[in-house]
Amino acid sequence: MSESLPIVEMAGISISFPGVKALDEVGLRLFPGEVHTLMGENGAGKSTLIKALTGVYRIDEGEIRISGEPRLLGGTADAQHAGISTVYQEVNLCSNLTIGENVMLGHEVRGAAGINWRATHRAAGETLEKLGLGHLNPKQALATLPLAVQQLVAISRSMVAQCKVLILDEPTSSLDANEVEQLFTVIRSLRDQGVAILFVSHFLDQVYAISDRLTVLRNGRFEGEYRTHELDRAQLISKMIGKDVDALKSLDAKGARRVRSDAAPLYSAKGIGRKGAIEEIDIDLHRGEVVGLAGLLGSGRTELARLIYGADRPDTGEVTMNDEKAEITSPAKALARRIAFSSENRRDEGIIRDLSVRENLILAVQARRGWARPLPRREQDAIVEKYVSALGVRPADPERPIRLLSGGNQQKVLLGRWLATEPDILILDEPTRGIDIGAKAEIQEYVAGLADDGLSVLFISSEIEEVVRQSDRIVVLKDHRKIAELEGGQGVSAESIVNVIAEDGLGDPSADTAVREEVTT
Amino acid sequence: MSTLTTTRTEPTGARALAKRLSLHLDTLPTAAAVAIFIGMIVYGEAAYGRIVQFNTLSNLLINNAHLIILAVGLTFVILTGGIDLSVGAVIAFSSVAGVMLMNAGWNPWLAVLLMVLIGTAFGAASGVLVQHFHVQPFIATLAMMFLGRGLASILSTVPERLADDSPVRSLGAQIKVYDGPKVNDVVLTPGVIIAAVVVVAAFFVLHRTRMGRTVYAIGGSEQSAALMGLPVAATKMWVYIISGTLSGLAAVVYTARLGSAQNITGIGWELDAIAATVIGGTLLTGGAGFVLGSVVGALVLGLMNVLITRDGGIPPEATTIITGGILLVFVLLQRAVLARRRE
Amino acid sequence: MSANAHGPFEALKGLVRRQYFWGIVAIALLLLVNLAKDPGYLAVSVGSSGNLVGNVIDILRAAAPIILISVGMCLVVATRGIDLSVGSVMVVAGAVSMEFLKGAPDTVGSGLAAIGLVVVVSAALGAVNGMLVSVVGLQPFISTLVIMLAGRGLAKVITGGQNTTATNEMFRWTANGHVLGLPAVFLLALLLAVAMGLLVRRSALGLMLEALGMDAKAARLAGVNRRALLFTVYILSGVLAGFAGVFATASVMTVDVSRTGYQLELDAILAVVIGGTSLAGGKFNITGAVIGAILIATLDKTVVFLGVSSSATPAFKAVVIVALCLLQSERVRRAFRKRRSAVAVRPAEREKVAA
Repeated sequence: MSESLPIVEMAGISISFPGVKALDEVGLRLFPGEVHTLMGENGAGKSTLIKALTGVYRIDEGEIRISGEPRLLGGTADAQHAGISTVYQEVNLCSNLTIGENVMLGHEVRGAAGINWRATHRAAGETLEKLGLGHLNPKQALATLPLAVQQLVAISRSMVAQCKVLILDEPTSSLDANEVEQLFTVIRSLRDQGVAILFVSHFLDQVYAISDRLTVLRNGRFEGEYRTHELDRAQLISKMIGKDVDALKSLDAKGARRVRSDAAPLYSAKGIGRKGAIEEIDIDLHRGEVVGLAGLLGSGRTELARLIYGADRPDTGEVTMNDEKAEITSPAKALARRIAFSSENRRDEGIIRDLSVRENLILAVQARRGWARPLPRREQDAIVEKYVSALGVRPADPERPIRLLSGGNQQKVLLGRWLATEPDILILDEPTRGIDIGAKAEIQEYVAGLADDGLSVLFISSEIEEVVRQSDRIVVLKDHRKIAELEGGQGVSAESIVNVIAEDGLGDPSADTAVREEVTT
Repeated sequence: MSTLTTTRTEPTGARALAKRLSLHLDTLPTAAAVAIFIGMIVYGEAAYGRIVQFNTLSNLLINNAHLIILAVGLTFVILTGGIDLSVGAVIAFSSVAGVMLMNAGWNPWLAVLLMVLIGTAFGAASGVLVQHFHVQPFIATLAMMFLGRGLASILSTVPERLADDSPVRSLGAQIKVYDGPKVNDVVLTPGVIIAAVVVVAAFFVLHRTRMGRTVYAIGGSEQSAALMGLPVAATKMWVYIISGTLSGLAAVVYTARLGSAQNITGIGWELDAIAATVIGGTLLTGGAGFVLGSVVGALVLGLMNVLITRDGGIPPEATTIITGGILLVFVLLQRAVLARRRE
Repeated sequence: MSANAHGPFEALKGLVRRQYFWGIVAIALLLLVNLAKDPGYLAVSVGSSGNLVGNVIDILRAAAPIILISVGMCLVVATRGIDLSVGSVMVVAGAVSMEFLKGAPDTVGSGLAAIGLVVVVSAALGAVNGMLVSVVGLQPFISTLVIMLAGRGLAKVITGGQNTTATNEMFRWTANGHVLGLPAVFLLALLLAVAMGLLVRRSALGLMLEALGMDAKAARLAGVNRRALLFTVYILSGVLAGFAGVFATASVMTVDVSRTGYQLELDAILAVVIGGTSLAGGKFNITGAVIGAILIATLDKTVVFLGVSSSATPAFKAVVIVALCLLQSERVRRAFRKRRSAVAVRPAEREKVAA
């Protein structure tokens, strides 16, 4: 590891979007021949920072120096000129073309009669060879390759562009263990060639396996830069979620408030899973109980919620509700079985921006009735009246388009939408993310009351202490599988959950490669 | 989630064969078009006779030279995932304007140049609407279609005849290449040669230039192409300009052969050209297809007309139903192929 | 809707804010142009049979079929779709009814039977569109393009390529009859438009369509049934086009297989856009579409009145639609708003959505 000068130095970077300060004086240093990991929960500002470096966003304040020279990056082309290449989570290649064409697009070797394909394919082959991908035939269609290998091809492409800085934005999120290992081999070889690598991943094990240096962001602010070996997992997690390890210790659960009935579960899933999303899992939900899903981003918490709701179709497993087999393959079917799901993606999957508060509130109820049986205006008004006042939606004007409300009030309206369907099971994915403190407390309080009224609530949050506080039982997820199920109450705290996540896999025989365990399907 | 899923196991035996086949799924529609073309020739020869002979095949090329040129232009646009509905109307306006100018005493070759440039201008207008104002391609080019048709009608609503001694007619003059028995000759026109040059040039551009590869890349994924730093905006402009220009050229070829132009010329040709392109194996969603496939597609449609005429039993009115049916079958075939590829 | 209890001035302000207000202004302007050429243009007199006669009445009569297809198009566009087949459905409807009436006795019963037949046939064509879009998952424009192409051929096959003529007084009345001195065809079209308006606004259909068109993903998670809705709108659009075909053929009791309904799909799209419904889907406005349709009929008549060939009108319509598309485009709007925002790469969302 060299202690040479950083090739990229970002200092005091601030970026604001209308109403939000996405980055607040954040810094980042990338050194040649080093793998640097950017860590942070959702909304920490990771992707904004990367987009600032790749020229997609313009910075409001701060300075970007590349090889010591201050640079203004006005677009992706500028960044590529400066030797910065990016490989995204979603493979950004053209699957309709061959491997060689993808590697060489825009850099084809040209002769007198236009593109010299023989030379182009040879050049592609040589580039692939350098990354240990010599076995690939450049004339083969890209689409025939597994996703992981496509990622590697995308990396080869950046080699053709002679990059000095390679950004890998969550390249591993849908790869299996062998594929990750293959990717890491390539990353190490690039590092040894002196390329500065910025790596983003949510898999702690991978982070510790590959990176030399870490930068942690939280809520758009810089938390710190550390040598990887100087920071243990528990410390890292607490940096990411913004609580000291000691503070976490004191945040014990308030004790289980509700005693679960011994009656059969309302909802019981055996081995439900979906390839690439979540491995086979069992989960039971009872009336009058809040079950929390704890785990870092990318652990499979959202994926599990979507499977339960039928937003994604499970590949495997069986679901029983009230002792009868239930096929829940679409949101409409889930709603018919009185399951409701509030998505974490409020903007794209929750509110319908141009509809009014009233229309957003009654949408799910109306969808379940079908369009031919409209909800009489009087009933609509009653629903609107009930939830606007119960949840404290402000401003209490039901005809206002929902896009004009604040995030917290939009979230309340969505909560109202799902409650209006009178669900037995309510799945709340990050109901309090990105909203102001007041609204957050109101929603938390309301959710606690729901379980007392006999609802079964599945609560998901990236703030582990919030999960601990809300839940009677906590399912801990990591790397797309369930690693623990804890009864709420004495002894369960945010800290103990952090430890469970941090320690998982450490004692595992396969941990020497420190990549997540592959469950062969 | 990515749109691509992985096949992790190494293929063995039958699966390997299936995988090899799936590698060539792209070419399946084109192969189907060639098979249909050959099948039609065989059927036509068996049922009506006098199909596999020089003059029938020569006439097939002569009568469809303009359609081949149009289909080549549309191949560019459709490869990027766009569409151009204006080509038929552009032909109407361009040919009426050209013939009227010639009859008004313009230098015929200058008028021919203007006919081509009119197409270029229409293409450029579509391109600006699509690329800079994010108008959906079919709406932008539908507007251009109505503009072209309307302008042609403003100029004239009666057939405008080209003077008998106009040098432009020489572009439609038949050149006997090989003198067969009786009338069974191999005949070409300069129009056919123009079409052939267009096909070769288009093939070169699409397969041998960076711009051509960018066209394919945009069709595969516009977003990826932009992130790879390819000139997406300029290329999208170019494909509409190419399509428009080739429409202008097709107007020249068609007018020279027919010797007259009218405002109702080219009604429905955009559909023929789209059908030719799709039959020839170009995916309507973009990213895959071949110029040569589009040529075969155009010839399939041309041959279909010949067979319908020869048959006499099929009402000529049914032609559009058959074209529509073939288009639908091929679009469904494409979907099936795409679905297979995603597996 | 918002015009209640605010006083006449507020109501007027509300009207001005609606996009179709400018449609009304345009109609008035066109009429003024005609008035300038012929001061007696707007005169309406009572004809020999006690019916109103005049240029304005002609415009209303010509607007009737356009109103119907525009209302259907409006619903399809709300779901981010498009129906290019409306003109062809019209000609098929005309062909079916003329062929049926040619051999049927001239009774009210056979007239009604012909209309019933049209409803069935046009609903079937709409259902084919609906199936191609919702089940097969083709882009709306290509699915309906196929029906547009094949539909006209189908009409020609039905009539054997002839322009079939028939006689049926009841059927003829739908286009040429009068009620209270006004053309029955306009009143019927208006009645159907109002019925559609009530259907979508009194049921929850309108809300569901808007939700689907605005945000298909969020609508799905809220339990909205996309497939059934798409089937419904394409069938409605087909049936309305069928009625438009009846009106277009009944006025002369002849179906002109190459001209009936020809290129009317653009008229419908134009009327929808003039009426304030965005081609990007979502909020739709049936009243606006009706006004847009009347504007187009006025434009058609004006162009002819000014002595330009009627086949040249498409050029004027093209100019209008280009202008409207530019006004709707982000780039132009941003130039107006001058809002500062990130220079994010903007993927061509619209095209993707059409898929």
